[in-house]
Amino acid sequence: MAIDLLIGAVKAIVILLLVLNLSAVLLWFERKGSALIQDRVGANRANIFGVGQRLGMPNLGLMNTLMADPLKLFTKEDFVPDGADRFLHSLGPFLALFPVLIAFAVVPIGDTFELGGHTVQLQAATINAGALYILATIGIGVYGVAIGGWASNNRWALLGGVRATAQMISYEIAMGLAIISIVITYGTLDLQSIVQQQGGVWFGWLPCWGIFLQPVAFIMLLTAGMAESKRVPFDLPEGESELIAGYFTEYSGGKQAAFMLTDFAEVVLAAVLVTLFFFGGWQVPWLYSDGFHFGAHSLLLPRALVVILGVVAFWIKVVAFCWLQILIRWTMPRFRYDQLMTLGWKGLVPLGLLNVLVTAFVVVLASGAAH
Amino acid sequence: MPVGVFIFLGVVAIISSLGVVLQRSPIHCLLALIMTLVSIGALFLALDAVTVGFLQIIVYVGAIMVLFLFVIWLLNLQADEAPTGGLGLKFFATIAVAAMAAELFIFFSKTRGAMEAANVAPGYGSIDSLAQSLFGQYLMAFESTSILLLVAVIGAVAIARRTIPQRERGPTKGTPTR
Repeated sequence: MAIDLLIGAVKAIVILLLVLNLSAVLLWFERKGSALIQDRVGANRANIFGVGQRLGMPNLGLMNTLMADPLKLFTKEDFVPDGADRFLHSLGPFLALFPVLIAFAVVPIGDTFELGGHTVQLQAATINAGALYILATIGIGVYGVAIGGWASNNRWALLGGVRATAQMISYEIAMGLAIISIVITYGTLDLQSIVQQQGGVWFGWLPCWGIFLQPVAFIMLLTAGMAESKRVPFDLPEGESELIAGYFTEYSGGKQAAFMLTDFAEVVLAAVLVTLFFFGGWQVPWLYSDGFHFGAHSLLLPRALVVILGVVAFWIKVVAFCWLQILIRWTMPRFRYDQLMTLGWKGLVPLGLLNVLVTAFVVVLASGAAH
Repeated sequence: MPVGVFIFLGVVAIISSLGVVLQRSPIHCLLALIMTLVSIGALFLALDAVTVGFLQIIVYVGAIMVLFLFVIWLLNLQADEAPTGGLGLKFFATIAVAAMAAELFIFFSKTRGAMEAANVAPGYGSIDSLAQSLFGQYLMAFESTSILLLVAVIGAVAIARRTIPQRERGPTKGTPTR
């Protein structure tokens, strides 16, 4: 009992720290990546007594983004505007960050394995309705930006909050429809089971990944996930040419950092969902529980190594999709608000309904053919 | 469900629903209502009604409360400074509350012995069993409810749609203006 509690606590802390660290590293990705895309050098100045430079190492800007930025943000004055609702102004950023972070609790980051007589699920919380849980946490996430924008006692912040709320609930529907078609395809809400069903191969070589079954849902989930993260091209809530900085105009220091972290955690969440539903989660192509098999060739591996390979593969896929989102963010211009709503309500929602309908028909016909 | 969890969630639900009634600022009331709904959703989850619990949070917190928020914003509701209602309202409200309290008292005094957990079949409250009852046993009721809701939505759109008189219409797209 005690050891199970300990395992649970360790898993929860490790997954939380992985997500938080990945969100911080994404900030560095974003700065150096945007420099790469725009043919600039990017952050390359800050260092500690020039130690790395004396040894001839190139300055990759890690000090700027991982040390200097957080230090600056957390030592800044915590400003609350006049006439603002002090309690809600402080609550806003945490109400935004908390739901995104707890969403990762049901994400399976690896296969189940035995450790000293205990079956360890590499999942902080084993909920058999994981897909619903993720939708619920995303639904709660709306209030952080809404309340933050309202409590700032600033018209631009309020407008940013209204825009953010409208945008997020609009794209939640598209996201829900994409997840429903996945759930119909795999016949379960359990994320671990969805990932397990993506093991194996078709035609002897093609991995059984969800992308080959549900390409439309993949596009929808990626688009909706990017819209949820409120970044370019969906960054109308913080459109600086119109709204200064939108819902976090009146935030400074640590609270502003919490809002920024929320955006990056949402990028990670979108990448994680896409990986889980469409790219096999922790499944490595042609890797089975006892090693690699491809056609007649096999390479047997110990079980521990297989589990570790799965965890590594999961995070590589997640980082790849984070990078894809950063790439899109630095390539596209911002949408107009009517384009955003048209894409959501007249594009993704009907497409999602159609996709659910077609999926349901195919699943029923296939199960009828099997009997 | 452990008794401690039940007591904790129940106390949170009661305190936050008191917050809905007692606070003056509409936004604070709304947040307290969200808190109430989340704790009731958590109560459902603790009672193994996983699907209902999550749907409670997705539908009420994720959708309906957002609409409430928009209504508060768009009507620009401010905190009431003066207490509302006259003597008559207070009089009848007192009678209603007393009647409710008496009813609850009678209910609890009679059912004290029978408050035991009911035995349910395994898989109760899962999405499978919910779907079996919705699309099997209660299919007609479910489908008629959905048609009723659809009619209500279309009706709401038809009523809310602004009809612009013919003469006030500007030149439509593509028609040459003189």
